[in-house]
Amino acid sequence: MSPSSTEARRRSPLRRLLADPQAVLSASLLVLVVLLGLLTPLLTDHGPNQVNLDAINAGVGEHGYLLGGDKSGRDIFARLLHSIDTSVVSALIGTSIALAIGITSGLVGGYFGRRTRAVTEWVFNLVMTFPGLLLLIILMPVTKGDYKATMVVFGVLLSPGIYRLVRNLVLGVKNELYVDAARVSGLPDRRILRRHVFTVVRGPVIIATAFLAGSSIAVQSGLAFLGVGSSTVPSFGAMISEGFTNLYEEPQQFLWPSLALGIITASLVLLGNALRDALEGGRPKPSRIVTATSYRPSATEVPSVAGLLTVEDLAIAYPTPTGELKEVVSGVTLSVAAGETLGLVGESGSGKTQTAFAALGVLPPEAVVTRGSIRLDGRELLGLSERELRAVRGTSIAYVPQEPMSNLDPSCTVGAQLVEGVRAATPMSGREARERVLALLARVGIPDPERTFRSYPHQISGGMAQRVLIAGAVAGRPLLLIADEPTTALDVTVQAEILDLLRDLQKDLNMAVLLVTHNFGVVADICGRVAVMREGTVVETGTTDDLFAAPRHPYTRKLLDSILDETALRTDPPTASAGALETETR
Amino acid sequence: MTTLLEVSELRVTYPGRGFRARPHEVLHGVSLAVGQGETLGVVGESGSGKTTIGRSVLGLVPPSGGTVRFQGNDITHAGRKERRALARDIQVVFQDPYSSLNPALTIGDILSEPLVVQGAAAGEARNRVAELLDQVGLPKDASQRLPREFSGGQRQRVAIARALAPAPRLVVCDEPVSALDLTTQARVLDLLVDIQRRTGVAYLFISHDLAVIRHVSHRVSVIHRGDIVETGPAGEITTAPEHPYTQRLLLAAPVADPAEQRRRRSARQRL
Repeated sequence: MSPSSTEARRRSPLRRLLADPQAVLSASLLVLVVLLGLLTPLLTDHGPNQVNLDAINAGVGEHGYLLGGDKSGRDIFARLLHSIDTSVVSALIGTSIALAIGITSGLVGGYFGRRTRAVTEWVFNLVMTFPGLLLLIILMPVTKGDYKATMVVFGVLLSPGIYRLVRNLVLGVKNELYVDAARVSGLPDRRILRRHVFTVVRGPVIIATAFLAGSSIAVQSGLAFLGVGSSTVPSFGAMISEGFTNLYEEPQQFLWPSLALGIITASLVLLGNALRDALEGGRPKPSRIVTATSYRPSATEVPSVAGLLTVEDLAIAYPTPTGELKEVVSGVTLSVAAGETLGLVGESGSGKTQTAFAALGVLPPEAVVTRGSIRLDGRELLGLSERELRAVRGTSIAYVPQEPMSNLDPSCTVGAQLVEGVRAATPMSGREARERVLALLARVGIPDPERTFRSYPHQISGGMAQRVLIAGAVAGRPLLLIADEPTTALDVTVQAEILDLLRDLQKDLNMAVLLVTHNFGVVADICGRVAVMREGTVVETGTTDDLFAAPRHPYTRKLLDSILDETALRTDPPTASAGALETETR
Repeated sequence: MTTLLEVSELRVTYPGRGFRARPHEVLHGVSLAVGQGETLGVVGESGSGKTTIGRSVLGLVPPSGGTVRFQGNDITHAGRKERRALARDIQVVFQDPYSSLNPALTIGDILSEPLVVQGAAAGEARNRVAELLDQVGLPKDASQRLPREFSGGQRQRVAIARALAPAPRLVVCDEPVSALDLTTQARVLDLLVDIQRRTGVAYLFISHDLAVIRHVSHRVSVIHRGDIVETGPAGEITTAPEHPYTQRLLLAAPVADPAEQRRRRSARQRL
């Protein structure tokens, strides 16, 4: 990989955050507000509750009141600054209590066994049932109207949210193999939690913190607005409430605290969003959007290779983060004759699946076909509309995927899915379609078609699921079946049966098969011809017998040499000498 | 040859899913032994319980019956402290090289962590990490990099290096090459065999692939639905097995030789 791309991905979240105008703006607003709050004694001589009866409803700048006086003759500016302190302290208390309780119990409840989790779960569910605001008001006699005590209680009420977030993240990461590996390495639980689990939890918690702070401030102000709690504590809520009663005489008194509160909470929410983008998004967006080239091969070209499916000089590219196109398939030429089986072999990343997907017309939207042609029975497939392609796919080309289970809808019965497919390809009545599907299921070797028809995907085995998908694929009697690693996810004994089935069906229906695989054993078993791919090109094509007997390309030879066959039997005896162990490794 | 690991009549039961679901026994009394410096291959299909054997040896799954003995000591229900001590001697290489390395840690941190926990000094650990990287054929500067900068085969080398870090006597290899490409697969297996020859470490090697098992094992146990059906020298088990299940398994695995594969296919269809 190029050094530049490595650097781009290495860029720390902090630097990404600094590059985001939304984050910079909201963070600087917050810093400014907090600074104003801290510098209060320097900025004003007036106390928040200092009354000057001359200054009742004073205008801006009168009596030394920068923003005027309120209906009791107090300095609005001074009260605003003191309210900032109240808000900041509320936010700090509320969030720190919520984080301390939520993170600790989330880590404990998520990481340790079921019994511990049952306890934490029960406690937090109980906390969640309390009606928050109401409880805070009811507890006023206990908290004695002190907003700090109220915020402690509110922090406890907020903690279930954090608990659930952390618990879910921990449950997810707990089953990662690297946590198992750490346990096998003899790491104590504390260290595993700190090093391996907490790092995953950190990002989402930071984001949640910004929102927690916002809601703490909002609740404190809300309570003060309702007039609950001490009236001597300056607060945006109390100021808004007073301005509200004075709205028709001095509307400005209402404006200032609302504006300040709005700026603070909006900045917190925006900062939270920016944090999420920086910590979780992290994916660089393409700087230049590549529009999919509506590439159309010229119709006059005469195909130089003959066959049912002919792929000529096909190139497929993907946009990189920098906007350039990177070819993953570069100039593939191959053909599949009617009734034959072509094996398309290669290692991961060789472009074999991309080639197959291009023939099916199901490349992802960001993929760009830059040149070449794909013809089925003489008809150009590249550049066909989705509707035209759908008609081709239903009847002429069929597809068998690698993962049978993830290609069946878990919420529908197997039968319903097959009936839907059959009726989409050829219009027929429901009863007819059902008969047809049952016949197909019997044809692909399913012992009790009626039962499988009624089953949901999770009720059948992987091998059965693959048979079901094959039944669906051959329903329209296709000319060509494209199978992408159809047996890779299956056990060898099941694999052998599925290969037998494919061979049998192919003979029966006289269809061509394009089999994408990495397994040379599968190729030897079922393919008549082979095309070997490497790094987006076909390096060698030949009949299976010739290619295995006398590979021409060095890469093919290398692949064939890597196969572990009968000759690869281990013959050396176990190294029993403990002395070798000591000297070599200790 | 001295016996290093001895598993006898091991039973493992997983609790059923859902309310009042019946527990599900995945191992019905499995017995096997691994000698010092030896590779015992355990081959079986998905759901046969082969991975569970490895996990209960490692203490990741609690057995419901039977015993696991390591160097003569019963470790079936070893506590956390005992397990931590065992970590020096028993290690693991998992199947998936993508999820078995913490994506947030550098290779150096991943490799030095177990050493530091076992009480090695920082400089000592650094030297050992360099030694380990060299042992598995990775460049020295790899320790500064993150797992995502490496290919699947290289990541598996890192996982092997991590397992070798405390110089263990036994490494449980759970399908260590199944997620790798053909050419990479062969190289990683050669590396494992090479390390074994040099250090005398024993492997409990778990795989679904007979060809892979044949390549690394001295002896092979075949497991089918939670029972070991056959154990014997690798050569015999993988060429002329006695048990019908092993025979089926052997004939079902396709070989990369069209003529030979045709013969096998008809042999299998006759069976």
